[in-house]
Amino acid sequence: MNFRKYLVLAGVTVFAAAGDSMLSHGMKQTGNISLHHLQGVILAVVNPWVAVGIVLLLAFFASYMNALSWADLTYVLPATSLGYVLLALVAKFALHEAVSPLRWLGIAMISGGVGFVAGGPSLTSHEHDDEKLPLLAKSARNGAPAEDVVSSGVGR
Amino acid sequence: MKGAYTWGGIVVVVFASVVGDILLARAMKQVGDVHALWDRAGLWSVVARTLGNSNFFLGVTAMAAAFFSLLFALSWGDVSLVAPAAASLTFIGNAFAAKIFLHEKVDRRRWIAAVLVAAGVALLAG
Repeated sequence: MNFRKYLVLAGVTVFAAAGDSMLSHGMKQTGNISLHHLQGVILAVVNPWVAVGIVLLLAFFASYMNALSWADLTYVLPATSLGYVLLALVAKFALHEAVSPLRWLGIAMISGGVGFVAGGPSLTSHEHDDEKLPLLAKSARNGAPAEDVVSSGVGR
Repeated sequence: MKGAYTWGGIVVVVFASVVGDILLARAMKQVGDVHALWDRAGLWSVVARTLGNSNFFLGVTAMAAAFFSLLFALSWGDVSLVAPAAASLTFIGNAFAAKIFLHEKVDRRRWIAAVLVAAGVALLAG
């Protein structure tokens, strides 16, 4: 894992959370859309909050695809869930909303889950080097670019 | 009876999301490390290789199906049940599917993480 890859994972988290909240804010302004009045969808897209939300979700999708190209699905998915934690923290400290004890428990569980995965290797899906992975993960911390060996062997 | 519709909707959403995630993950593994590809051949070859991958299109289609079935499920059941149930069951489903179809090494560490995240999401959204 290098700095660029951590940046991509941060993008996955932040873009998903920001995009979702902007969409939700915008959709509350535009009101209900029913199947019989589909022109409401066009009205919704013109709303600046919804438009920015869509752009952010496209950015989320690009960083998600980027992350999946070099990491396991089960490694990237917990990062997406960190967005829920981010939203709860924004609600508490920026919007001064009440966050119930049950929600704090949820935040702790998600953070714990992410911590569990982040401590392990990011890519395990190559059958032949399964056994070598712990060793490679250790050498990565000492500065050797282990991911390159594990992923495809393509040089930079 | 309404409950059966709601849970049926949730099952469809979870199934479509898991299929979508697996197909997209497989597509990007076929494309290869995009950072390396980008440095070597530029952004356009990354975009071209991604958009030219058939698994990518199937994955996006499955994701669209998941999105629209979520809309239907939300019209049948309460958002406070449907959204967290669908999100957390998708995490568990993805862990199983990634092990079976993507041959990811889902060890004890990752199982614990999947369960913790699923429970946490259910608590946060519920």
